[in-house]
Amino acid sequence: MNVTAGSGAASGSQMGPLAAGPRPRLKVEQVSYAYAATDRSAPKFTLGPVSFEAQQRELIAILGPNASGKSTLLKLLGGVVKPLSGRVEIDGTEVGGLDLRTRAQKIALVQQESELLFPLRVWEYVLQGRYPYGKRLRFESDEDCLMAGNALAQVGADELRDRWMEQLSGGEKQRVILARALAQQPSLLLLDEPTQHLDIGGKVELLRRLRNLADENRYTVVVVTHELNLAAEFSDRIVLLQKGKCLRIGAPGEVYQRDLLEEVFEAPLEVETRTSGRPRVILRGSH
Amino acid sequence: MRPLTPRKILGVCGVLFAVLFVVVVVSLRMGAYPISVRDIVMTLFNGVAGRREQIPSEFWLVVFGLRLPRIALGILVGAALSTAGAGFQALLRNPLADPYVLGVSSGAALGAIVSLVIAPHVPGLIQIAAFAGAAATIAAVYFLGRRGGQLDSPTLLLAGIVSASFLSAIIMFLMTTLSGRDLRGMAFWLMGDLSSPAAIDLRWLYFILLVVLGSIYTTSSDLNLILTGEQEARHLGVNVNRVKLVVYIGASLLTGLAVSVSGAIGYVGLLVPHVMRMLFGTDYRLLIPASALGGAIAIVIADTLARTVVAPTELPVGAMTALAGAPVFIYLMRRKVR
Repeated sequence: MNVTAGSGAASGSQMGPLAAGPRPRLKVEQVSYAYAATDRSAPKFTLGPVSFEAQQRELIAILGPNASGKSTLLKLLGGVVKPLSGRVEIDGTEVGGLDLRTRAQKIALVQQESELLFPLRVWEYVLQGRYPYGKRLRFESDEDCLMAGNALAQVGADELRDRWMEQLSGGEKQRVILARALAQQPSLLLLDEPTQHLDIGGKVELLRRLRNLADENRYTVVVVTHELNLAAEFSDRIVLLQKGKCLRIGAPGEVYQRDLLEEVFEAPLEVETRTSGRPRVILRGSH
Repeated sequence: MRPLTPRKILGVCGVLFAVLFVVVVVSLRMGAYPISVRDIVMTLFNGVAGRREQIPSEFWLVVFGLRLPRIALGILVGAALSTAGAGFQALLRNPLADPYVLGVSSGAALGAIVSLVIAPHVPGLIQIAAFAGAAATIAAVYFLGRRGGQLDSPTLLLAGIVSASFLSAIIMFLMTTLSGRDLRGMAFWLMGDLSSPAAIDLRWLYFILLVVLGSIYTTSSDLNLILTGEQEARHLGVNVNRVKLVVYIGASLLTGLAVSVSGAIGYVGLLVPHVMRMLFGTDYRLLIPASALGGAIAIVIADTLARTVVAPTELPVGAMTALAGAPVFIYLMRRKVR
């Protein structure tokens, strides 16, 4: 890919030097959350406390069965919901204290997309990622167009730029959505089940792309996923959740223990270690 | 990649202004008293330049006394309703939203009638009451249109249609039991009509129109993002609640303003923004001014037809807009279902 130079340099100048000091990019400190239907009723769902840190170039996968609080944790990291206790810091600043636009310059959160109401071209969609940098009526500058173009190139979607959003395939659409997030020039990239509607080829391609973005462009990437093997293959660390509790945080090899995974996912599983040193999960035969 | 520029907006608005001017001149020409286009242009020109003594008095009466006030009222109403429609479409994330379809116009009309019954001679009260009626109706329709915490498109439209017919029934009840009072006719409130001059100085109404259009316009780039999805807009840094509040109050004010002087004219708020989208794209920074001007053009054309096709009698202008609008509504609805 030919993009690293352009966008890397520009993002560096926009966001200040990213010297690899002792301060982590993302710091999650004893964060907890509770959801209740009304103010007075008992909480239906609680999460936490969770603590971990992430540096630039790190890819972290949040794993867990359904309703384990993965998406909620991601929203807490993105500052979309406020924690009940504890704090989330990005580059030393508490996320909840940032105003909306500053936050959007630092954090890009990609969730399941809403249906588009009116047709939109791919480049118009990606250009929306430049919103946090705009002035009052936000007429896009040449720089905005350059950044949007770079973002499209970064995900290998150059040739899609004049297509309509509704005509894209699942994989193409996921790439364009990622491009819009990159156009925000964030330092933290949060993705909620980005592989959900992709075929196996698309899943591998997307995770590899995220890995490259972290390695080459110094993003910190946190991804919520159900794909145990892809997470083991591409992530630096795993956060394993069950029913709102954080069970284990660590390298895939440390977290992928047969007993632990079997208990969490309630399925007969087997874990083997590949020659690369990364674990692989397979379904145990029932005989 | 060619993003929208202020120059393109000015260009499009310039063209629409020119079309509006032509439509106004043609409309001034139509009517019982014959007057040539040349005389109309001379009269307008001298009138604007303040040289009233150079205008023959019958031309002055026909142009400035009779036809132009009605056209000016039509421009106001058309601009207000179309912008309100474009606003409601973004606010409710529903391409079929329109003040009339959602029952907001009926709510405004009911508010206006109630104010006329209670305190008929307080200036400006009818506008305030119409605004209150519009705001209350859209709030009710919004909450009735939710299902499981989410805004549901068919439920929302049904809630609007039911509210509209319920409110229209109350209007008919009031009009029938209160007949003999100095109220405008049933057709005025239910179908919309521009034949009776407004009881309030038009300059005031234009002032309010421009202020409200301006405040809605400041949210236009936020609305672009909200149209792609509310959550995504939030993540991109849009203060969604503030934007929604501005558009909610603004669109209700515009509907109240229009209904207080012309009754409930239907489908302009639906039709015009869609035509403008087909012509100029979906960007609200261009769509809002284009809809305002397009709405003005549409109402002036519709009213000119309404007062000429069956001359010497007149149709209510709402009948003309419904004749054009209802088929388009069905077309849009079916296209969306496919």
